[in-house]
Amino acid sequence: MATQQTQVLGRALLTPAVALLFIWMIVPLVMTIYFSTLHYSLLDAEAWRFVGLENFRYFLTDPAFLTALRNTLVLVGSVLAITILLGTPLALLLDQQVVGRSIVRLMVIAPFFVMPTVSALVWKNLLMHPVSGLFAWIATLVGATPIDWFNDAPLLAVILIVAWQWLPFATLILLTALQSQDEEQKEAAEMDGASALSTFIYLTLPHLARPITVVILIETIFLLTVFAEIFVTTGGGPGLQTTNIAFLIYSQALIQYDVGNASAGGLVAVVIANIVAFFLVRIVGRNLEA
Amino acid sequence: MARRVTARRIWVSTAAAWLFGFLIFLPILWMVLTSFKTELEAFSMPPKFLLFHWTTENYVTVQERSDYLHHAVNSLLIAGGSTLIAMIIAIPAAWSMAFAPTQRTKDILLWMLSTKMMPSVGVLVPIYLIFRDFGLLDRRAGLVMILCLGNLPIVIWMLFTYFKEIPKDILEAARMDGATIGRELVYVLTPMAVPGLASTLLLNFILAWNEAFWTLNLSTSDAAPLTVFIASYSSPEGLFWAKLSAASTLAIAPIIILGWFTQRQLVRGLTFGAVK
Repeated sequence: MATQQTQVLGRALLTPAVALLFIWMIVPLVMTIYFSTLHYSLLDAEAWRFVGLENFRYFLTDPAFLTALRNTLVLVGSVLAITILLGTPLALLLDQQVVGRSIVRLMVIAPFFVMPTVSALVWKNLLMHPVSGLFAWIATLVGATPIDWFNDAPLLAVILIVAWQWLPFATLILLTALQSQDEEQKEAAEMDGASALSTFIYLTLPHLARPITVVILIETIFLLTVFAEIFVTTGGGPGLQTTNIAFLIYSQALIQYDVGNASAGGLVAVVIANIVAFFLVRIVGRNLEA
Repeated sequence: MARRVTARRIWVSTAAAWLFGFLIFLPILWMVLTSFKTELEAFSMPPKFLLFHWTTENYVTVQERSDYLHHAVNSLLIAGGSTLIAMIIAIPAAWSMAFAPTQRTKDILLWMLSTKMMPSVGVLVPIYLIFRDFGLLDRRAGLVMILCLGNLPIVIWMLFTYFKEIPKDILEAARMDGATIGRELVYVLTPMAVPGLASTLLLNFILAWNEAFWTLNLSTSDAAPLTVFIASYSSPEGLFWAKLSAASTLAIAPIIILGWFTQRQLVRGLTFGAVK
């Protein structure tokens, strides 16, 4: 069906998008690579010089980098664990017969649509404030001492905020997957006398393996670069306790104006993200009919 | 055959689901309640749930003192503009890949997807310097450009999956009847694609409205959308909870309502067809 004319037209229509994305990807990347080899500070822009891989050596051996890397891994790992361990039972629950299910689903999905700066500030002030926050009040109700979240457990506080934002995403995807599960297979298992637990372990869980993988990969891509939540609540502190890689690069670039070092850090971030992206693109590609 | 479900089981799952749902929704509910309190009551301990002096003064103050509307208009222009431009670039591209695929189409699609995975922070330095040198810092045009490029892969992908669902037979029938490609596009394809176009538009508008990396780094006041405006409440600790809540409620209410209409498309748009 694809005539020569359609082919030519097709290519013409595709070119602008491909060209734009190509420029968008390649120009900043090449500039980042170039800057990463320079000693270049915006505070003293005249004094730039070529330093080879010096910035990478500095960035990778900087204790701040190791701290930031650890914080990034803890943040990503914890949020993934929370969203999947809570999202799976929640999706199973919403897949049951529930009175008013659509309303419950609206409530569960809502956090995903709240802009990051709002969720971070509402959690920090209205919920987690050590004196007047809702959590502090609940703690005193049960006779516990309120936690001073942003002083005593700042990284945990950020993790909880981010997990709250991403729980709807995990739940919604797992729910979508559950609803495409073969009902007859489940019925057959039940008629053969399989318990609810073994139906779950041998039928539902394998069915969820793929969507869970997809949730892990997509969330990881976004969670590696959590920024706004840290920016408005802790500014990376106290000390470096909530500085992740993204925030470290930001502070080197726009607070210390160290272009060379921030660029080297940026490339490190690109490499880390690409490792995850590699697996995600493969999974998507296997599913794609073009 | 409907599955047998006992009344007791329905009752239990209903109670559990509502409890879960309520807990997840609580921060938003609490924020909305706080926005109608006085600053004093917002801070009071024990907290007041419904029996407080309801007032709308915070909403008035937020507009008068900080020009909320200016930032709301910025959000609207930036999110709307970037989404519309992305659609204009993406529709021909998606059409081409769905209806005139070549051997390289699959590779191109996957490559586009991979550009979305480039972490923004990796190119923060060059983008910031380019913006500074071209005078684009704190300008709406600059943000429209960046957000448009950032969301372009998702827009193309979503449109592609929608276009793929349009049965090719109908297009062939139209062609047999002598329709030109232009007519085919206007009279056959467009009406069938409207639902897909609408949900792509909606989801990407939401994503752009909530974008908080480039907006925080590239705008400060003139071009600042609501994400940046809300962030400005982070400096004074404590005393402005009711106003923060009012500003926040205004900033997220329209998007949550739009978002509820796009739940199904959310999965499609953000998983690139990997979950069905």
